[in-house]
Amino acid sequence: MQTTSDEVLIARIAQGDRLAMQVLFARHHVRVYRFLLRLVRSDATAEDLVSDVFLDVWRQANKFEGRSAVSTWMLSIARFKALSVFRRKPEEELDDEIAGAIEDQSDDPEITLAKKDKGAVLRHCLTSLSADHREIIDLVYYHEKSVEEVAGIVGIPEATVKTRMFYARKKLSELLKERGIDRGWP
Amino acid sequence: MTAVNESERQEVEVLLPWHAAGTLNRRDTQRVEAALANDPELARRYALVREELGHTIHLNETLGAPSARVLEQLFAKIDAEPARRGSTSPGFGSRMSDFFATMSPRAMSFAAAAAAIVILLEAGFIASVLVKNPSVGTFETASTMGGAKAEGAYALIRFQPQASAADITTFLETNKLSFASGPIPGGLYKVKLAPAALPKDELAGLIKKLQDDKIIGFIAASE
Repeated sequence: MQTTSDEVLIARIAQGDRLAMQVLFARHHVRVYRFLLRLVRSDATAEDLVSDVFLDVWRQANKFEGRSAVSTWMLSIARFKALSVFRRKPEEELDDEIAGAIEDQSDDPEITLAKKDKGAVLRHCLTSLSADHREIIDLVYYHEKSVEEVAGIVGIPEATVKTRMFYARKKLSELLKERGIDRGWP
Repeated sequence: MTAVNESERQEVEVLLPWHAAGTLNRRDTQRVEAALANDPELARRYALVREELGHTIHLNETLGAPSARVLEQLFAKIDAEPARRGSTSPGFGSRMSDFFATMSPRAMSFAAAAAAIVILLEAGFIASVLVKNPSVGTFETASTMGGAKAEGAYALIRFQPQASAADITTFLETNKLSFASGPIPGGLYKVKLAPAALPKDELAGLIKKLQDDKIIGFIAASE
């Protein structure tokens, strides 16, 4: 079975085709939401931003030149929206939010239990990384973006993409080590 | 580590996440695979990368999905947008590109081959007709008054689409003109301006005068 490509859907959306918009939304909204949620760490904010991202797609479909995949283009828009939220929020509010999210929960019974499960600890450490490191790890591992695509989304050179990913992984290993899991690297 | 030096290992190591995700280009993929085959330590580190990959996917997949309100919110915003100039139904070009986009490469190649054969057959048929009857292909309108060069001054005229037959008749009578031939492709008519050839300046002046008439879309001197 062949499905209509994202590029064809975008061309239809540029013509004002609402059904094409629905199809594109159904195809990508969950991943866009998860990308946003990992950045803004708020369900409600992520949901609001998802509709903003797709509204931008609706408005700008006629400007899409196909130089990148549609999903890459949408993640670029999503990232820009998330950064706009960060810029709007008062610094104290943001600090509280981030502190809440990355608080060391080593005494939390849940985490104590999780320590028995290396996978759960690893996932906890993934949530404890900085926004830059979370973002690059998600783009590479979950959103399956190439070096070139990540460079396009984040707006950094390809060489920086590689080194940032390397340091994100290194930080992850350090966090694991702090929780008693030594992976023997780096 | 024997076959791979430390600098090469570092270069390859930074590529491991993309290799695990399957997003490396062919050249880098081959480079990484060769290094992994020759370097057990690199292979051990690659296992760590694969572990991270699996848990990143797991983590993201447990994040859930947005509520249905997002779609409602989106379409409420779209409804509030100014109407698009384009229609909601795709145009002919868009439908054609959709049609070709849905064809498999094999179907596309069969269609292209069939189209090429049809074009060749048509070309052969036309060529054979021309060879048998060389006069075919010489354009001549039904109203052409013979091939001989006629005496007089002429112009090619295209009337405005909204010009009525009465307007055209009045125009011809007022200016003492008559149709010589036409229409020819492009909606042009050959009109006789004078019974004898006119001096260049006089012809240009007459053309300019006629051009100012509102029913004239195009006018140019002709032989």
